[in-house]
Amino acid sequence: MLKQLFPVKHVVGYVASLVLTLIALVVLMDLPAAVEIGILAVTAILQASLQLVMFMHIGESSEKKSLYINIAFAIFMALVTIFGTLFIFVWGWYA
Amino acid sequence: MKWDEFFVTGDPLIYGAMVSIVLVSLAILVGLTYFKKWGYLWREWLTTVDHKKIGVMYILAALIMLFRGGVDAVMMRAQTSMPDMKFLDGQHYNEIFTTHGVIMILFMAMPFIFGLMNVIIPLQIGARDVAFPRLNAISFWLFFAGAMLFNISFVIGGSPDAGWSAYFPLAGIEFSPHVGNNYYSLALQISGIGTLMTGLNFIVTIMKMRAPGMTLMKMPMFTWSVLITSVIIIFAFPVLTVALLLMMFDRQFGTQFFTMQNGGMDMLWANLFWVWGHPEVYIVVLPAFGIFSEIISTFAKKNLYGYKSMVISMLVISGLSFLVWAHHFYTMGQGAMVNGFFSITTMAIAVPTGVKIFNWLFTLHKGRIEFTTPMLYSLAFIPIFTIGGVTGVMLAMASADYQYHNTMFLVAHFHYVLIPGTVFAVIAGFHYWFPKVFGFRLNERRGKTAFWFIIISFNVTFFPLFFLGLQGMTRRMYTYSEETGFGPLNMLSMVGAIGLTIGFILLVYNIYWSTRYEPRDTTGDPWDGRSLEWSMPSPVPVYNFAVVPEITKRDEFWFAKQEGKSLSDKKIEKIHMPSNSGKPFILGIAFFFLGFFVVFSWWTPAIVAGIAVLLTMAAMSFDRDDGYYIPVEEVVQSEKRLRGERV
Ligand code: HEM
Ligand SMILES: [Cu+2]
Repeated sequence: MLKQLFPVKHVVGYVASLVLTLIALVVLMDLPAAVEIGILAVTAILQASLQLVMFMHIGESSEKKSLYINIAFAIFMALVTIFGTLFIFVWGWYA
Repeated sequence: MKWDEFFVTGDPLIYGAMVSIVLVSLAILVGLTYFKKWGYLWREWLTTVDHKKIGVMYILAALIMLFRGGVDAVMMRAQTSMPDMKFLDGQHYNEIFTTHGVIMILFMAMPFIFGLMNVIIPLQIGARDVAFPRLNAISFWLFFAGAMLFNISFVIGGSPDAGWSAYFPLAGIEFSPHVGNNYYSLALQISGIGTLMTGLNFIVTIMKMRAPGMTLMKMPMFTWSVLITSVIIIFAFPVLTVALLLMMFDRQFGTQFFTMQNGGMDMLWANLFWVWGHPEVYIVVLPAFGIFSEIISTFAKKNLYGYKSMVISMLVISGLSFLVWAHHFYTMGQGAMVNGFFSITTMAIAVPTGVKIFNWLFTLHKGRIEFTTPMLYSLAFIPIFTIGGVTGVMLAMASADYQYHNTMFLVAHFHYVLIPGTVFAVIAGFHYWFPKVFGFRLNERRGKTAFWFIIISFNVTFFPLFFLGLQGMTRRMYTYSEETGFGPLNMLSMVGAIGLTIGFILLVYNIYWSTRYEPRDTTGDPWDGRSLEWSMPSPVPVYNFAVVPEITKRDEFWFAKQEGKSLSDKKIEKIHMPSNSGKPFILGIAFFFLGFFVVFSWWTPAIVAGIAVLLTMAAMSFDRDDGYYIPVEEVVQSEKRLRGERV
């Protein structure tokens, strides 16, 4: 009964995601660029995994095959967007 | 802000529009009150979670948006029909091509497809509704809220005017200080949430709710195309959402993502826009391919040629569609290596698309072809779309594109792809599935007259634009001088646009005429169809299938008809259905006001509307409504009545 009224997992997830957001605000201080990007990257990855595990119930499905296909496609898309953009604007830029 | 800045003033066309909006709204309110239809409207439509009704509402909204986008189009054609025309000024022309583009793609083509998908997919796979019926209603109302928000921009505050692609720096606050592009970012964000949820909903529906025995490779081709489209939606739309969010931050909160100073990068907007934008064109065209496949195989009386290669080519298209986006800005400054890469991937897409064209041709080969209205649209689609495709390959060659880029040649190309590929498809699907939803066909003779008007006028409107483009007439150009020599072909194009208008009016008139005079269909299968939706009486009862059919092969219903056997020998049981809910509609209204207030940066009301959004969502999550059951006797009775037996 109490468990139903107080969904521990969700509350922990919610608080943790707020904390991660606050940590990301650290980059407002004057830090070296590499450190800033590092902080942003780490908190972003943690944040995304947190959402997937706590709220989107990843891994709770019995059908693992479609789960892996989905993750693979999502990663493919993200990498294509990032490296495609770098390819266009940095490595392949007409100078 | 003063009132004369709030309302758009000074243009007689706009005053006319304001007056007609007020009159039409009044007429609707008075009519509903006079005929005592408020309760009916609320119970049967605004709160419905029935996929068929949601589909009908999508299609109705799309038809209205087709009208709005069409009026924009004819106004543009009128303005450019002669040299030095004074019908619209430059600013008004800019606003109109922007709203035309956005409305046609996001508020006409997509909703029309979503409408057909909503009506048909559960019926084709033997399901009683989509996986998440209430979420489906939310999707619809968010789309509708976004569409309405976008549409009021031309009388309140002013429309966006930086093109449907809203390139920075032009769309930034520095060069477009008025609220127009705020409307763009907010309306698209709101309707985008709806789109994303539709994608999710249909993936789950198709993966989880197929009738027993229907494996993936036994699904009808339209279902396949919608599955693949939904996957593209899921992966493409987040990019747009993020880009629009950054746009909003840049315009309203002083960030510098796409500006030209302080480390911002204007070209990153174009980049992100097209990372979404190219998959988007496949989102509107793949379901169209599915619709044509259904229609062609039905009216050629043959099973679809090369089913497997159809599926594979769609999968290949969906993968490649994410690898081509830079072909929209070959001229932006990247080197030959980059352009070469994107050139090749772009041309590669022509291969699977060509496979599909040949599959349709082989399906037709030696078929007993019936020239019905939907079939005529499908047949016309093949050669016209091929012209669009071939000019697409011309544009794909980066070096040649330096000539074609941003000319009327491009405008002609994408209309040659979008109109046969999407508009013909949805019109064909509309004629084809109309009897399923309403229980009677659209009149064939009148439908064919409209068809010939549309097909001929389409070519008269857009073929001249290829030549205008090659002569150097640029896109988005609101006027030109006599010496350019662009006059005659533009006039010809105007004539075509008038023909297209007549064609669409005939089409709408046919709906009215058929509602009154066309004989009712009692069979449920007026076209001698192949897939499961035709196995039910039309109009389809709320619960769709009295007993869920059992599937052993593709086109099961067709073979069952041949062998005279029924699709299931199970007995009728009580049926579990989702109950209606008013919350999705309320959520839509709350989102509309949230969007509206944010457009004008009125923060206090915006926060209030935002709280309303959150409260509605919270209320939804505490809802413990498990739906209701339709008892056996009621199903038996209604089946008898619908199949024309005496009760
Ligand atoms: C019904 C007949 C139609 C006519 C007569 C028409 C005409 C036009 C014209 C004149 C332009 C602007 C050309 C320029 O000055 O740059 C245009 C742009 C455009 N049209 Fe259409 N159009 C029609 C239907 C459609 C449909 C059905 C779609 C999409 C499904 C569509 C999508 C677009 C887009 C995306 C643009 C570009 C807007 C921009 O430049 O930002 N059009 N159309
Ligand atoms: Cu493209």
